Amino acid sequence: MTTVARDPVTAADPTPPAAKPAAGPSRHRFRAVAGFAFGAALLFAVAPLLLSDFRLSLLAKYLCVAMVAIGIGLAWGRGGMLALGQGVFFGLGGYAMAMHLKLADAGPGNMPDFMLLYGQLDELPLWWRPFASPWFALPATVLLPMAVAFVLGSLVFRRRVRGAYFAILSQALAAAMVILLIGQQGTTGGTNGLTDIQGFFGYDLDDPVNQRMVYFIIAGTLLALLALTRHLMQSRYGELLVAVRDGEERVRFLGYDPATVKLVAYVVAAGMAGLAGALFVPAVGIISPAMIGIVPSIEFVIGVAIGGRATLLGPVLGAVAVAWARTALSERFPGTWTYLQGLLFVVVVAFLPGGLASLVGLLRRGDGERRPGWLRRSRRTEAEAS
Amino acid sequence: MTEQLHGLYVRDLRVSFDGFTAVDGVSLDVAPGDIRFLIGPNGAGKTTLVDAVTGLVKATGSVRFGDRELLGRPVHRISRLGVGRTFQTSTVFEELTVLQNLDIAAGARRGWATLLRRRHGVPDEVAEALEVIGLASRADQLAGTLAHGQKQWLEIGMLLVQDARLLLLDEPVAGMSHEERDATGQLLEQVSRDRTVVVIEHDMDFLRRFARTVTVLHAGKVLSEGTVAQVQADPRVQEVYLGHPVDAGTAPTATEA
Repeated sequence: MTTVARDPVTAADPTPPAAKPAAGPSRHRFRAVAGFAFGAALLFAVAPLLLSDFRLSLLAKYLCVAMVAIGIGLAWGRGGMLALGQGVFFGLGGYAMAMHLKLADAGPGNMPDFMLLYGQLDELPLWWRPFASPWFALPATVLLPMAVAFVLGSLVFRRRVRGAYFAILSQALAAAMVILLIGQQGTTGGTNGLTDIQGFFGYDLDDPVNQRMVYFIIAGTLLALLALTRHLMQSRYGELLVAVRDGEERVRFLGYDPATVKLVAYVVAAGMAGLAGALFVPAVGIISPAMIGIVPSIEFVIGVAIGGRATLLGPVLGAVAVAWARTALSERFPGTWTYLQGLLFVVVVAFLPGGLASLVGLLRRGDGERRPGWLRRSRRTEAEAS
Repeated sequence: MTEQLHGLYVRDLRVSFDGFTAVDGVSLDVAPGDIRFLIGPNGAGKTTLVDAVTGLVKATGSVRFGDRELLGRPVHRISRLGVGRTFQTSTVFEELTVLQNLDIAAGARRGWATLLRRRHGVPDEVAEALEVIGLASRADQLAGTLAHGQKQWLEIGMLLVQDARLLLLDEPVAGMSHEERDATGQLLEQVSRDRTVVVIEHDMDFLRRFARTVTVLHAGKVLSEGTVAQVQADPRVQEVYLGHPVDAGTAPTATEA
């Protein structure tokens, strides 16, 4: 076939090809492996050596929030779905795990302590029973949120609900779930939630050694989720997801159903939030409506926005930084954290829409070096930021 | 690839929005392998006609491509039957590279097993399209950094790798330089060898050079149809474009837009 267009507009072209040296796939792979090794060393060696047991268990809690953030980064940063109700999935995973642990604490045939305390029930409610088995409860922490996200997403994305409407809808879901939990105090623990969890599959959670073990499980899970998400982002699906974010109608005219593309990212994000909730329970020893409602759901998103939503590591670092700042600042200046958090959010959204991760990109742009994959982000947001 | 050519057969097509009839009983046949230009004043219903064919708006009547009825199917199904379109404003994925844009366009029939893996190398049809649209040297460039004309070519390239057999192009040369228009016209002639092409265009010079047949729409109806010369000689066309009949050969001109 002959070539028709002979590129008659080279003069008008803003980016000459010479300015884009291609980094080979092997170099990317090396960077990724090195990055993961560095992250593993940090999480598995440096942090346990430097941090006290108390600080380490706080870090475990932050890393759970970071897992939710990875999912939001995928759904929102890459897929354009502002998931403002991830607390629902976090809560489903958390409650599934807590129900199992409470039943295990109580022993076979017994009811959890709070049910006896409220004294309205003679026997264990039917829907609690399957959670006595770890073979049901553990998969349920991930599959239950994914199933709910699948049903919700199928209804919503096919009807082309998006943008602010989608965000509001997910918020409403978080509110509804909290109301439901509080209303059913006799079987859900109400406002208190499921508290005072003692054991974790036979291990006493009061023992610092076992707390460390929980931390290591959480750190390992986080790295695994990062690897999974990196793969998803770099796969053809990841490219397609960005295409759906930027031009849903156009993708439809190419013969894809964008609803399915979005659904996958949303369901994966829900599964991650569920897993995070499940691991949050042994790390903290409690799950309650206050941890999964509207406010925590928004805080998940704030961390992601501050870190950089379209990148792989931005959401993780943002979530950990915000959670850490929250603890540190509210220890010293109780009451001011909420204002600071709001201010930080506004400043980032207004002046750095790509999040803090885009700072690295801005700094690096001068030296002509190509940014590593996890920092490559939207050109548009970069232009807005500069 | 299905190599046989199909024609487009529209019968009594009607599209109404809240009582306003944008397309009012249009019937037209586009022969297999034709390059048909749709012209007409603003509001004549050209883009709405394309919207109806591609499933974007609801319509009554019948639209067949080959022997398949298109009306009533969702957009992405119509697309999979080999109907591709471009829009007045370029809609390439600006934050993806040229190569990624084409790869996505080529992939609507891919299964999940392929989707969830990483792309290795350049698929054959994508490499071929890169050559045809002249962007091979820019494969790794972000589509958002392309010049306007190049974006339009990328759109056409996306239709090629999508294996569209009917190309519906909405003002493909708007805003292009003379050289770019020539290149685009030659590109259309090349792709029409094994595809049917419908072009909405206001540029009369471009029309005279590259149209094989022309349909003039006016107020949602077909006003005139035929070769460029036949249409230009039609007094009704002259009246619509100039307000009164004039000597054949001077109208329509490139003033409308």
